[in-house]
Amino acid sequence: MPEGYLPILFLLAIAIAFPVIALIVARLLRPSIPNPAKLEAYECGIEAEGSSRGRFTVRFYIVAILFVIFDVETIFLFPWAVRYKQLGWFGVAEVTLFLSILIAGYIWARKKGALDWV
Amino acid sequence: MTFETLLPYLMAAIFAMAFPLVTGYLVLVERKILADFQARLGPMRVGPHGLLQPIADALKLILKEDTVPKDADKFLFYLAPLLSVVTAFGSFAVIPISATLRIADLNIGLLLISALAAVGVFGIILGGWSSNSNYSLLGALRGAAQLISYEVALGLSLVTVVMLSGTLSMQGIVEAQFNQRIWFLFGNYGLMLLSFFIFLIAAVAEVNRAPFDLPEAESEIVAGYHTEYSGFRWALYMLAEYTNIFIICAVAATVFFGGWLRPFANIEWLAYPMDAIFPAALLFLSAWGCARMKLFPFTALLGISGLVFLIPAVATALSAPFWFFLKVSAVFYVLIWFRASWPRLRYDQLMDLGWKRLIPLALGALLANAIIGML
Amino acid sequence: MTNHLETSEMLLNMGPQHPSTHGVLRLVLKLDGERVKAVECVIGYLHRGVEKIGENRTYMQFAPYVDRMDYISAVSNGLGYCLAVEQLIGAEAPPRAQIVRVLFAELNRIASHLLWLGTSALDLGAMTALFYTMREREEVLKIFENYCGARLTTHAFRIGGLQYELHDTFEAETRAFSEMFKKRLDEYEKLLTKNPIWVERLKGVGILTAEECKSYAVSGPMLRAAGVNWDLRKAQPYSGYEQFDFEIPVLHGADSYDRYRIRIEEMRQSLRIIDQALERIPSGAIMAKVPKVLKPAPGEVYVSIEAPKGELGYYIVSDGSLHPYRLRVRPPSFVNLASLEKMAVGALVADVVAIIGTIDIVLGEVDR
Repeated sequence: MPEGYLPILFLLAIAIAFPVIALIVARLLRPSIPNPAKLEAYECGIEAEGSSRGRFTVRFYIVAILFVIFDVETIFLFPWAVRYKQLGWFGVAEVTLFLSILIAGYIWARKKGALDWV
Repeated sequence: MTFETLLPYLMAAIFAMAFPLVTGYLVLVERKILADFQARLGPMRVGPHGLLQPIADALKLILKEDTVPKDADKFLFYLAPLLSVVTAFGSFAVIPISATLRIADLNIGLLLISALAAVGVFGIILGGWSSNSNYSLLGALRGAAQLISYEVALGLSLVTVVMLSGTLSMQGIVEAQFNQRIWFLFGNYGLMLLSFFIFLIAAVAEVNRAPFDLPEAESEIVAGYHTEYSGFRWALYMLAEYTNIFIICAVAATVFFGGWLRPFANIEWLAYPMDAIFPAALLFLSAWGCARMKLFPFTALLGISGLVFLIPAVATALSAPFWFFLKVSAVFYVLIWFRASWPRLRYDQLMDLGWKRLIPLALGALLANAIIGML
Repeated sequence: MTNHLETSEMLLNMGPQHPSTHGVLRLVLKLDGERVKAVECVIGYLHRGVEKIGENRTYMQFAPYVDRMDYISAVSNGLGYCLAVEQLIGAEAPPRAQIVRVLFAELNRIASHLLWLGTSALDLGAMTALFYTMREREEVLKIFENYCGARLTTHAFRIGGLQYELHDTFEAETRAFSEMFKKRLDEYEKLLTKNPIWVERLKGVGILTAEECKSYAVSGPMLRAAGVNWDLRKAQPYSGYEQFDFEIPVLHGADSYDRYRIRIEEMRQSLRIIDQALERIPSGAIMAKVPKVLKPAPGEVYVSIEAPKGELGYYIVSDGSLHPYRLRVRPPSFVNLASLEKMAVGALVADVVAIIGTIDIVLGEVDR
C-alpha cells in the first residue's frame, strides 16, 4: 500500500521545512557579529594545539565492520521472526544453525581481541 | 477526501508543529523531576513553577548569535543538525497513539524506526567531524562507536517481539498483544522480561542518556559533538535528542507494554472504571493543585476538564491516548531516574558492556525465546 | 590486533576553561584514540603571588590572605598560619581557643571533603551527589557565618587565639549538624560506595603506590589510601589533637576508589572529634597575650598541619622587622598534583578526569 507512505513523506517535508524556516527566522532576528576569536574552535580558551583532521585510531574501523556484520544478521532475522509461527521448528533449527555460525565468528573475533578496547 | 484519509496528514502537521514545544516541555519535566531527586526546585522563575521556561528558552535560542567555526566544513556543519531532526521526526510516523490516531500504519513499522535511527547517527558523526574541533571529534567518534554497538542489541531484542507478534507493524504488534491477552513484557512465560531488559539498556545507550551519555559527556569532552554549535542550530540537536527519547519511550510502551491498550484490556466490565482513571487523576491533580500551588486558573481548568472527561463517551475516546502517554511517561521517568542515580560509564566499559555482555545475552535471549515460543 | 595504519596522535588542550579541571588547571594531553600518551600540566593561571604579598605585609595583615589559597578550607589555612606565627613569637593560644580551633578545623575538613565528593562525583557523571553534599556543606557554612560573618574566606582565627567568643547557638547548631550528618554520610555511601558503575570507574584507576607517594612527597588522603599511616594530627599533634580519641583510616588499594573511601571515613572521624570537642570546651580566655605590634626575633619556623588535602606547611623567616623576610607555603594540592602525570599516562581521557578529581586540588592553592 504505497499510499500509506504519503503521510510519512508529508511529515518529512514538514520536518525539513520547520528547521529551515526557523533558521531563516533566527537569521533575521539574531545578531551576527563575528570576530576572529569567536570563530576559533573551542579548545578551552587556548589556541588549538593540533588539527582535528588527522587519522584516528584503527579501532573505530573494526567496530564499524563488526557492526555491519551483526546488523545485517539482525536484518536477516526479521523476516524469519515475522513468519516464526508458520515456519515452526524448521525455522528455529535454521536460525539456530545461522546463529551458531555467527556465534562461532563472534567467539573468534573475541579471542582475537577485536572486542577489546584500547 | 474523507476525514479518515485526511487524519494522517492532520496528525503529521499537528505533530511537526507541536513537537518542538512538546520537547521543550519534556526538558522542563526532566529538569523538574531531576530537581526533585536532588532536593531542589528546578526552574521557578519564568512563569508559575517555571511553566513558561521552555518558551523563554526557545526565544533565547532564536535570538542568540549562531557562530560557525572558521575551519568548519560549512556544508556538513549546516546539514548535520537537520539530518538529526528529520530522522528523529520521521520515526514518529509509525507510532500509534490509538487504534486510529496515527500517521501511518506500515507493515515495516519497527524496521523503519531502526532504519531512521541508523541514519540519525550521521547527524552526530557529521556534526562532530565538520566542526573541526578536537572535542567535537572525540564526541563524534564516541557517538558513532556507541550508537552502532548498541543498535545490534536493540535490534536483536526487537526480533523477539516480532516473533511473538508475527508482524512488524506497530498497530499489528499492539493488536497481537490484545489478541494474545498479554503484554509482550510478560510473554513467553516471563522470558520476554529479559528482552525488555536488553531493550531498555540498549535504548538508553541509543539516545545518549546517562549513564551512557558519553558522546556529550560534559565533564570529559565539554559538550561532545555539539561543542561548536550555538543558537538555534544547537537547539535542533536538543530537539532531535528529546524527540528520540520520546520515540524510544513510545516504542518501549508500544511493543512491551501494550501501547494504547488499557491494563486488562480483555476484561469488558473494567472498561469504564479504567477509562475513568484519567479524569479522576485530573480531578485529584486539580484538588491537590488548589491546596498546594495556588494556581487557581490552571487548577480550575484541570478540574473542569476532569469533570467533562468523566462523561462515558468522552472517557472512552480519551482512554487510548491517556494510557499510551502514561506508559511513555513511565518509561521516560525511568530514564530520568537512571540519570539521577548513576555515574557515567567509561568508554571501554561501555564497549565491553555492549559487545561482550549485551550482544551475547541478546543472542541467548533470542534463541531461548525461539525455543520456548515453540513449546 | 596489529596496527598497520599510521594514525596521528591528537593534541588536546584540557583547560584552563574546562568543566572538570576544577578551576584553571590546563593539561595538554597527547592522545591516541582515547588513550593518554603524555600529559603536560600547565599551571599559573590563578597566580597572585601570595607568598610575595606575605613579605610585604605585617604578620597580622597577612592572615586574611591565607584564606584565599585553598578557599575551600580557609579555616585550616588560617590555623596553620596562626600556629606558625605563634611559634615564631613564642606564644600559645589558650586551651579554650585551641579546642575551638579544632572544632572549626574539623568542620572545615568535612566541608572540604563534601565539596570534593560532590564535584568529583559530578565529574564522573553522578550529578545527584553534588546537590546532596552542597546541602550539607551549607549547614557547615551557616555555622561559620554565625560565628564570624563570613562563609568561605572566614579568617576565623587570630594570631594568639580567637577574636570572637563563640556565639550562643554554636553548640546546638554543631550538635544538630553532627546528628544529621551521620545519617547523611550513610546516605552518600548508599548512593555511591557499592554502585557498580562508580566502583568500576574508580577501582584500579590512578594507582600510586606507597613508594611512589613517598617519592612524590604526596600527603593527605592520597597517601593514606596507599597504605601509609601518616597523619600530622597523630604524628605531631598540634592545637591539642592529642586529647582526642579518633582513628586514622588507612587503606591499601592505592587507587581512586580507596581515596574516596578514605575521605568518607575521615568525615566520620571528624564527627567523632567534633562530638568529643563539644563535650570538653573549657572556659577561660580565648586570646593569649600577644603584642599589638608583632616584631618577632630573627629566626625561622616551619609549622605544618594536616589540612583536608594533605600536609599544609608554613615556612617563615623573620629578620626581626615588621614583615617576614621570606614566607613560603607548602601547599598540599600543588605537591599532590605533581603525581598526576605518573597516574594519567596510559589511562583514558575519562580516567584523567577521575584522577584529577581524586587528587582533590584547589587551583587557588596550586597557583597561590
